[in-house]
Amino acid sequence: MASSPIAETHPANTAHHHPSLQHQFDTLEQQKESSTLGMWIFLVTEIMFFGGLFLAYVVYRSTYPQAFAAASHTLNVLMGGINTAVLIGSSLTMALAIWAAQVNWRKGIVLFLLLTIALGSTFLVVKAFEYREKFEHHHVPGPNFEFDGPQPEHAEIYFSLYFIMTGLHATHMVIGIAILGVLAWFAYKGKYDSSYYNPLEVTGLYWHFVDIVWIFLFPLLYLLGAHLHGAAH
Amino acid sequence: MDTTAVARSPITTTPETAFERPNYLNAAYGMRSWLLTRDHKRIAILYLISVTVFFALGGLMAALVRLELLTPEGDMMQPDTYNRVFTMHGIVMVFFFLIPAIPAVLGNFLVPLMIGAKDLAMPRLNLASWYVYNIGGAFTLWAIAHGGVDTGWTFYTPFSTHYSNTYVISTALGVFINGFSSIFTGLNFIVTIHRMRAPGLSWFRLPLFIWSHYATSLVIILGTPVIAITLLLVAAEKLLHLGIFDPRVGGDPILFQHLFWFYSHPAVYIMILPAMGVISELVAAFARKKIFGYRFVAFASVGIAVLGFLVWGHHMFVAGQSAYAATIFSVLSMLVAVPSAIKVFNWTATLYEGSISYQTPMLYALGFIGLFTIGGLTGVMLATLGIDVHVHDTYFIVAHFHYVMVGGTIMAYLGGLHYWWPKISGRLYPGFLSKLSALLVFVGFNLTFFPQFILGYLGMPRRYWSYPPEFQVLNVLSTAGASILGVGYLLPLCYFIWSMRYGKRSGDNPWGAIGLEWDTTSPPPTENFYTLPVVTHGPYEYNREEVHNRMTEEVSLG
Amino acid sequence: MAEHITPKRTYIAVFAALLVLTLVTWLVAQVDLGWANDVVALTIAVTKALLVLWFFMHLRYSTRMTVLTALAGFFWLGIMIFLTLNDYLTRGSSLLPVMGK
Repeated sequence: MASSPIAETHPANTAHHHPSLQHQFDTLEQQKESSTLGMWIFLVTEIMFFGGLFLAYVVYRSTYPQAFAAASHTLNVLMGGINTAVLIGSSLTMALAIWAAQVNWRKGIVLFLLLTIALGSTFLVVKAFEYREKFEHHHVPGPNFEFDGPQPEHAEIYFSLYFIMTGLHATHMVIGIAILGVLAWFAYKGKYDSSYYNPLEVTGLYWHFVDIVWIFLFPLLYLLGAHLHGAAH
Repeated sequence: MDTTAVARSPITTTPETAFERPNYLNAAYGMRSWLLTRDHKRIAILYLISVTVFFALGGLMAALVRLELLTPEGDMMQPDTYNRVFTMHGIVMVFFFLIPAIPAVLGNFLVPLMIGAKDLAMPRLNLASWYVYNIGGAFTLWAIAHGGVDTGWTFYTPFSTHYSNTYVISTALGVFINGFSSIFTGLNFIVTIHRMRAPGLSWFRLPLFIWSHYATSLVIILGTPVIAITLLLVAAEKLLHLGIFDPRVGGDPILFQHLFWFYSHPAVYIMILPAMGVISELVAAFARKKIFGYRFVAFASVGIAVLGFLVWGHHMFVAGQSAYAATIFSVLSMLVAVPSAIKVFNWTATLYEGSISYQTPMLYALGFIGLFTIGGLTGVMLATLGIDVHVHDTYFIVAHFHYVMVGGTIMAYLGGLHYWWPKISGRLYPGFLSKLSALLVFVGFNLTFFPQFILGYLGMPRRYWSYPPEFQVLNVLSTAGASILGVGYLLPLCYFIWSMRYGKRSGDNPWGAIGLEWDTTSPPPTENFYTLPVVTHGPYEYNREEVHNRMTEEVSLG
Repeated sequence: MAEHITPKRTYIAVFAALLVLTLVTWLVAQVDLGWANDVVALTIAVTKALLVLWFFMHLRYSTRMTVLTALAGFFWLGIMIFLTLNDYLTRGSSLLPVMGK
């Protein structure tokens, strides 16, 4: 191995290695920046992934405004609103989990991660109730679809988008909850502290993004027909 | 790109001893060491095998198409079968060969080497990318085995969602899964290029290969998710009878086309940008000259990536979009030709008064420049609304995209393989045979596809299994060309494999080229460099005196 | 590792702001303002998203590259929607030339 002033001070040749430092990186800082940037880039793909659905929504909403409003009016705004608050709360607890790592409060990390999981699960339970309600009212697209309002065919398009968008969102939540469970376990084992909490940070980014998707879904799907009066089922 | 004498690794000069040193190929043996590797170089080889398999499959489909088209009547297969054959040819070639080949094989191998890094930023993600590719491939192969899909690779609705009774869902899922493979690679490249460059390696000292892979990765990240959601919608619609693209219930098939082409047009830039990066490296190395207008070429790569997202409607001129939208897309499509043209001018200017040597990689590079120009110019013709309305869905279109994808991308891929083969394997391939293959590819390619421009202009529609007898002569020429092209592709497959065992040892830098990848052994050690380089100059510094003096004697291949 | 640590109270304040904005968006939706409903709803949604991005997702302390990445994602979605609407909004009254409304 060549010996030189440059080689000796090159980070790769220094002896100190954090146990979580992967071999292709020179420093923990480089690793942290890389994984954070990586997650942000992945979130860009998620923006475009959901984006296709938002595009479809925009196109059909502008073409069939009445059918969309009438169909939207059948959604349970209270449940949607509760879910919005629950999800925002889970973002809070997620941010606090990272804060706990930054101040070296191990139990806090576990606590806040578990709270995030709990709130996320609450969201899914409420969603399940909503879906069941839709099923009972025959608003699920397909052979059993019935809609008592203007342009039922166009309303069916609305419900197709509703189920795909919220379904995809819910799938992302399930994956997120699973990952949070793994992180909670590792946190319990003491893997994270103020010198290394990167997995929490990047999972947090993912979780907050899923929250942002819902922040847009709520007004677009639930509040469209809010000013309409009378129930259309 | 010169490294200071102090930081350079003490490379042995004899090919034999370099080869017997620990390198990434002999570092470990056995299936597990390959299938569970995190080494980007081994993953590149895994990809090489996979894409070659799919290329052969796609090529087989092409052979069947060309055989059927030897005669005007449809006499070799049923029309439905013909639909499936050209569809699967398109799907396999586009998604499983053209999009991954250069980035996943050459990019994976070279990006860390060219920037002086030990590996990519996320080696496990890299391996996952290969597995995901194969899982997607498995779904598609399963669909093919059961008769495939007959919708055309474009999956247009409502045929794909409502009327076709072929394996649309499994094929769509196969492509969907494969998309993640692409995303993982793109993500890895962006992070790596941003965060893991060697000390002193600023952006404008990067090889143009890196710039183009960076630009490609931007396209991958921004575009691929859209085809993903689109295919998911197609599968959902077919499975659940939703109606999003069904005109009978108020859905719009053109919305599908907007969503589909939003990705699939930038996808062609995913196919060509890495190829352009290869060509920049080949031209510099074999003209012994720095690339003319380096910054222009670098910015042009990013420009192509960005502009490429604004033109997708030119695939839909006759589909039913508004005339206003068509006009806008036509104008924007003219614009995107500009950065591509800049590159061609700059390569040509690099060749001018260069010290050119006609080694095999250079033959492919020269072929690329000519054929890509033809493909690109016909692209501008097609961007012209008035012309496209007449030649859309004819063989003119088929010829255009084969000129850029085959005359362009595949030539560049082969050129790159021939250039970096010594680096990858430590071996040389037979010089005469490789030059002959390049010639066969060039001649075969032109004979196959030039007649198709004429056929299209005369009015022969694409995706037709029979045609009027007056088109037969041109079709026969095309099929003859295809058989020559096939031989041209088969030969490298044979001699590359042959060279792994019997090829002459290449030495570390048989071309005397400049680049960080050439500053390490051939094949490189697992961690790429014995001493991580420090960069003090820009790329392609072929005019420097000391560089001339230290170049190894050029190896003559025959 | 130099790290900005956002204090707990900032997070809680952002949380409260998000809840308030949710309430506001629901309230405004009860009134029929025509096209303004959409504008208000989207403005509030964007504001909420920005709060999450800036504080919860630490964009406030991130590198320029990260901020650019986040912006690029939303911008590209904008391109996709804008250029597609370019077609739909200039088609005349119906989606398809043959189909009536």
